[in-house]
Amino acid sequence: MNRTSMSSLVQQVGLVQSCHEVAAKTFLLRFNSPEIAASAEPGQFVSVLAAESGEGPLLRRPFSISRIEENIVELIFHVVGIGTNLLSRKQLGDWVDVIGPLGRPFHRNAEYETALLVAGGIGVAPFPFLTDDLVTRGQRIETFVGYRNAGQVFTDHLQNVRIATDDGSDGFHGNVVQLLEASLIQNNFGKVKIFACGPTVMLKALTELAQRMNVCCEFSLEGQMACGFGICQGCAVERRESAAKYALVCKDGPAFLSTEVNL
Amino acid sequence: MTTVSMANGIKTSFTIRGVEFKNRVFVASGTFGYGDEICELVDVNQLGGIFTKSLSWKPRCGNPPQRIIETASGMLNSIGLANIGVQTFIEQKLPYLRTLSTRILVNIAASSIKEFCDVLSVLEEQKGIAGYEINVSCPNVKEGGMSFGTDCKMTAEITSQLRTLTTKPLIIKLTPNVTHISEFARAAESAGADAISVINTLIGMAVDIKTHKPKLSTVTGGLSGPAIKPIALAKVYEVAKAVKIPIFGIGGIAGTEDAIEFLLVGATAVQIGTMNFVDPAISIKIIDGLENYARENKISNISTLVGALDADVKFSVLQSWL
Repeated sequence: MNRTSMSSLVQQVGLVQSCHEVAAKTFLLRFNSPEIAASAEPGQFVSVLAAESGEGPLLRRPFSISRIEENIVELIFHVVGIGTNLLSRKQLGDWVDVIGPLGRPFHRNAEYETALLVAGGIGVAPFPFLTDDLVTRGQRIETFVGYRNAGQVFTDHLQNVRIATDDGSDGFHGNVVQLLEASLIQNNFGKVKIFACGPTVMLKALTELAQRMNVCCEFSLEGQMACGFGICQGCAVERRESAAKYALVCKDGPAFLSTEVNL
Repeated sequence: MTTVSMANGIKTSFTIRGVEFKNRVFVASGTFGYGDEICELVDVNQLGGIFTKSLSWKPRCGNPPQRIIETASGMLNSIGLANIGVQTFIEQKLPYLRTLSTRILVNIAASSIKEFCDVLSVLEEQKGIAGYEINVSCPNVKEGGMSFGTDCKMTAEITSQLRTLTTKPLIIKLTPNVTHISEFARAAESAGADAISVINTLIGMAVDIKTHKPKLSTVTGGLSGPAIKPIALAKVYEVAKAVKIPIFGIGGIAGTEDAIEFLLVGATAVQIGTMNFVDPAISIKIIDGLENYARENKISNISTLVGALDADVKFSVLQSWL
């Protein structure tokens, strides 16, 4: 058990400060939680109850912590179903029931000269927080974000951003892994570490790229879970080489080295 | 015994085979781990007891993902009894559990009668265990699991063999995936069980219409949550008419009113399962809620609610329909 991150675990209702659309179907929810704000680390998540008075999903859903601003916790999410639709309608004065901070954060201490942040779609969610953290560490950051089209592009609080879109409506015409590979060849970033979050197909391609170019790659996984704190055992992901066959996304992750797990 | 049996003048405690439990609200196996993961969010000492995650002789890695899917008012799981094994439990989890003032009931799952006996025997040598719940009803494993609980003779055989190994409370957890659950309850009672847990999950399924594939890796899984509460109530009602030993009512309990319904149809106590994931403090809220209900209705002993169903339906009035 990761005692350092679990030691300040809380369940509480936080007062919503704002919720607004920042890109197509992409919402930024800000709520007050001094406890979570004080102890959360980049890559950790909160478990949010979207339902109110019996309406909406039964189970909580995990969301990466997007950013911390003093006592405010920020989440960025796509509206994809009933729960996220309910969350998107929150406004100042509403409450949001959260448990957190949960999970194993990104390892930011590794020895590298440049942090390459690679996001696919709503996988951008944990990166504003990570960027803030790496900036305070004086870390060089290059960010690569891939979206379907220009309408989805979100780059707030990111640094040195390169954009790829599937339809070419903004930035590089293609996917973000292609953009990253081209950039790795063109530029001299020195020793790099990739931090990634996005769809499984993107993470698979990145894993392959990282192995081919002998680069350290850590990614944040999504998992379907009932609890978020290691009890339900729902969010299993296969380990590559370990006595234990499965890791849990909620407790052993969500941040994993690409060499740790099979996607 | 230092257990507090009176809560604000209301007697909440009950006894099974000489072991006193301070109240009627327990957490169900597999929904509370081994107590240590969740202790920061909940005052676990307030609980009537903790049913641990199922333990087998050796660690089990569980089924491949996907293991969990939400369905209407419930969830399907196919965890496959992933657990740390009894030795690791004794070494790493039991020392913490011994420090708690709540009762620890160890749930045991196995793929053979011998394995059930072996696990229980090593636990018998340990201090800090109040009793055992025997899982003859897991729908998500290939060997053993539910196949024990869908064969009356096997249920009786396991119960009677384990009975010879322990004088502690022996609770048999039954599956609803049979025609008449009461027959299995009777078989367990006759073979020496001290109590029955009713119900484990119902076999269920969900399909992805884009890929035409099942949503769970094992195709079918176990359905739990509020969706199954009416079924669970009917099963407890059926079992309560068939046996004299206490019943732990389980199935979709999401609040005090649900818990009271289970008591009224004949459950001596309840176990909270899936809803622990949604609100880890829900059991504590139900403990308080039961006391408030008793106070408001001038009930001095919760036991007077057990089986107090008024089945004379002529006089029932449907409330809160609209």
